[in-house]
Amino acid sequence: MMFEPIQRIGRVGVFFGRLLVQCGPALLRPRAVVHQIFNAGARSLIIIMLCGLFVGMVLGLQGFDLLQRFGSEDALGVAAALGLLKELGPVVTALLFAGRAGTSLTSEIGLMRATDQLTAMEIMAVDPLRHVVAPRFLGGLIAMPLLVAIFNLVGLFGAQLIGVQLMGVDPGAFWSQMQSAVELDDVSEGIVKSVCFGIACSLIAVYEGYNAEPTAAGVGLATTRTVVISSVLTLLIDYMLTAAFLGR
Amino acid sequence: MKPQRSLEVGTGLFVLLGFAALFFLTTQLPGSGLQFRAESGYRVTAKFDNIGDLKAGSPVSMAGVRVGRVEGVAFDPNDYRAVVTLRIDAQYDRIPDDSDASVQTQGLLGGKYIGIGPGGSDSFLKDGGQIEFTQPAIVLESLVNKFFANFASKGSDGKDAQSQPAEAEGK
Repeated sequence: MMFEPIQRIGRVGVFFGRLLVQCGPALLRPRAVVHQIFNAGARSLIIIMLCGLFVGMVLGLQGFDLLQRFGSEDALGVAAALGLLKELGPVVTALLFAGRAGTSLTSEIGLMRATDQLTAMEIMAVDPLRHVVAPRFLGGLIAMPLLVAIFNLVGLFGAQLIGVQLMGVDPGAFWSQMQSAVELDDVSEGIVKSVCFGIACSLIAVYEGYNAEPTAAGVGLATTRTVVISSVLTLLIDYMLTAAFLGR
Repeated sequence: MKPQRSLEVGTGLFVLLGFAALFFLTTQLPGSGLQFRAESGYRVTAKFDNIGDLKAGSPVSMAGVRVGRVEGVAFDPNDYRAVVTLRIDAQYDRIPDDSDASVQTQGLLGGKYIGIGPGGSDSFLKDGGQIEFTQPAIVLESLVNKFFANFASKGSDGKDAQSQPAEAEGK
């Protein structure tokens, strides 16, 4: 009883290992992976871009309000770029991904489990991990960094919209200070984070779906758990990665 | 067959868009990021007594216009000075060789950059040349210290002579 949480973590780890073994064969059938990239990525595009725009605009407003107190509103570009690239882009995208793509992955696989489709595949000696779960995992994993990059770009545009067009920050200072302050390390930190979040969110989504209790209530519960665990895990990993990158 | 095709086109568009965004973020955003064209221009060196927090990548400017950037910072153990390598863009090839270089600050708290003031010589700086006349970075703390030292010595001549020496001793 006391070992239940530890056992759970172990189960996820074993599942992850088995999934990784099946990822290679799954890549040999790229059509299924492409389909899942479409589901997880292209279909999340609108919500990601919309949220990126508003996050960037809020960043522009708040950053301008804060920076003008020190008379350094020219640094708005730096503040917005670093904030988006290093933190807001990966984290907000991962949270949205958990809500938009993660839930649909879980309920889809969970419903397959509940209607015995997965069991049927097993009986026919077709490995559901390879044919159902691995393409979905890979699709989420590939889609996440691309979504983060798009989120960042739209967010920068939003910050620029508010800062330069509305508040009157000098556009030259906005972009040039940003370019001189942002290092390649900052960009790659964001990319590393987005890949880690992609692994974590996709893994949790497919795990919860695959191991859902085969009832209507069980699938609902699994979907809820996906959002909760993915969100908490995202923020937890974010803290650890930030600490690791700052400590270098 | 139709839906399959639109799906693949949609995915292709999404992946292209994502990679375009990634490409922009990695190449355009960081000034010192990946650069695909070879560095052009010529190198000159300058020795400074103190360069403050000048770093590789800091701008080099003349009359406020950026003409190059700092390529490297090293320490010369023979005369205990900082050796700064500057890369000047090739188009600015008419800088007199008796020009002076100084470490300056952008704004009050901004980063350091190198400002070059033109000299009057007829010969120009070439690749591998050295700028002889340099002025070190102004360290704000030492200025403040100097100011307070002046202030304290003036204050001790004044009417509240009792309180000022005590404050000066406290430092």
